[in-house]
Amino acid sequence: MTTPQHSAVRARTAAPAGGTAAIEFVGVNKNYLSHGETVPAVKRTDLAIAQGEFFSLLGPSGCGKTTTMRMIAGFEEPTAGKVYLDGQDVTGVSANKRDVNMVFQSYALFPHLNTHQNVAFGLERKKVSRSEIARRVGEILEIVSLTGMEKRSPKEMSGGQQQRVALARALVNRPRALLLDEPLGALDLKLRQQMQIELKRIQREVGITFVYVTHDQGEALTMSDRIAVMNAGVIEQLGSPREIYERPASRFVAGFIGTSNIVDGHVDRVEGGLALLSYTTQDRVVVPVARPVRQGDKLEVSIRPEKIDLHRGVPPVQSTGGSVLSGTVTEVVYHGTSTNYTVATAAGADFTVFDQNASNADDLADRGDRVYLTWAPQHSYLIGD
Amino acid sequence: MSRVKRQIAPYLLVLPGGIWLLIFFAVPMVAMLSLSLQEGDIVSGYRFTGHWQTYTEAISAYQTQIYRSLIYGGIATVALIVLAFPVAYWIAFYGGRRKPTYLFLVLLPFFVSFVLRTISWRQILTDEGPLLHPLREAGLIGQSFHILGTPFAVIAGLVYNFLPFMVLPIYVALERIDPRVVEAARDLYANPATTFRRVIFPLALPGVFAGVLMTFVPASSDFVNSEVLGSSETTMIGQVIQAQFLDNSDYPTASALSFVLMFVLLIGVFTYARILGTEDVMKVAAR
Repeated sequence: MTTPQHSAVRARTAAPAGGTAAIEFVGVNKNYLSHGETVPAVKRTDLAIAQGEFFSLLGPSGCGKTTTMRMIAGFEEPTAGKVYLDGQDVTGVSANKRDVNMVFQSYALFPHLNTHQNVAFGLERKKVSRSEIARRVGEILEIVSLTGMEKRSPKEMSGGQQQRVALARALVNRPRALLLDEPLGALDLKLRQQMQIELKRIQREVGITFVYVTHDQGEALTMSDRIAVMNAGVIEQLGSPREIYERPASRFVAGFIGTSNIVDGHVDRVEGGLALLSYTTQDRVVVPVARPVRQGDKLEVSIRPEKIDLHRGVPPVQSTGGSVLSGTVTEVVYHGTSTNYTVATAAGADFTVFDQNASNADDLADRGDRVYLTWAPQHSYLIGD
Repeated sequence: MSRVKRQIAPYLLVLPGGIWLLIFFAVPMVAMLSLSLQEGDIVSGYRFTGHWQTYTEAISAYQTQIYRSLIYGGIATVALIVLAFPVAYWIAFYGGRRKPTYLFLVLLPFFVSFVLRTISWRQILTDEGPLLHPLREAGLIGQSFHILGTPFAVIAGLVYNFLPFMVLPIYVALERIDPRVVEAARDLYANPATTFRRVIFPLALPGVFAGVLMTFVPASSDFVNSEVLGSSETTMIGQVIQAQFLDNSDYPTASALSFVLMFVLLIGVFTYARILGTEDVMKVAAR
């Protein structure tokens, strides 16, 4: 099992804090049988989540993030590989014997039980004494701000309150890890943002490892210590929100996290750690390269829309040796705090540019205007570098 | 004008069914009530005399059959819950895409006449039938062992005939349970048995409640199963009413017994509904 390849993978994905990982996947994959055909839901995955970490599994629907979480909970068993909780092999151990608890997307509260009974359910199963149950339920309801709601039944509560009951019901057991399956998906925007802050506060207070499944990249970026971006059953990138946003490892990650302009081009020349991709005599993209590249290599470069400057009319003087692309504005959309421009560029790709509406009250350009896009070399990122 | 129309429209919806009930339920009820208080005979005719003693006489003459009917109905209902729950559970949770097929199979016997089905049970349970004959030949049962004519045969017939009425409401209740709620119970350390006892069964109780209402009343007043599968020792009140009406033409006694039966069942159902028909039951069951 401990092949050299595996230990290399483990070294790369190991938790930053060291010590025993709260949750660890070793060579896990999961196939489903559908109409007699084997469909891979999660391909060979190694993963280590540290104690007390806020860890997000992020990806579009069907990427395998929910299956991954359900394998931690014990609702699904891996087709191959091992799952460890606190260093103990729990592969094949049924869900009721695993010391992790889950907050379900639809809350899945017991409709026939009131708040107190819902929250006490797990402790009663663990044969905790009545007085201890009363104390701990009271304590956790205070943390989630539901004191006084003990006798309410789920259908007498709002979505946000039900959400808190679901959270309390899981947290009260003091699990090794809390699994949250898109817990805020059913809430409206305002409540969702409020709950994001709340969740982060609760996580700090109780110090339990949170594994958070979401398809909302904004949610993952604001809340997580680390994010695993999944696509088609594979973890495409694992890192801090900043790493994932600033240094996307693949075209998929660059496109999925925030908005990215991705441009292809062939290397004209390499000079002092910078590769130059030329499109016309004046249109060029400059990108720092860490890996060895040679003239003629095809590269994919990602540029974030807020890093780009937009100039109308005359080509700007390039003293910094940065990137310049000319183009035509095809769309201008006012967003309040910023204005978004879509520009058809000489590089062939449509670019999105965000311009903060800080001091300039007027738009920089109108639809149909000839414009030049410029940005500093360090704002180009070679995908997968 | 249109506002008036809008106000009376809902009542118009009730009208066809209301008239139907009035003609075919309320009118016969009143006629029967009147009949139960009449005296006379089929030859010289019946006259209304307000002779309420028919009730007391009928009750004292047939109280054995009344009790027996309630007991058979009660035993059949309990047996129905025990038999129907696993069937409904299996279809609801393991039926997959074939659920409609399985439900259709449960309902399939309905496509054959009630009386015919019961008569075919007679063929199965008879001493020389496919069940007892081989057992007797093998020496596993004695010469004097019978099923036909025993309370067991009657109750078995009732259970068989009313099974779909218990399966369907329990199925509907189970089907409505969110599978995530069941997973939540597992996640909160409940083993399969506890999950069933604390979550699945309490949530299925409204279905059981509906099933009991739909089976206990017709089973207790049934007049076919005992007639076909039973003996004079298993006579149920439905049979008595039928015989009084059709064979003896004693309309007052038949009507009086019908009202007694209806009254007893109504009291039973209301008491049951008061005790069990509330959400509190689910909470109690969950403890």
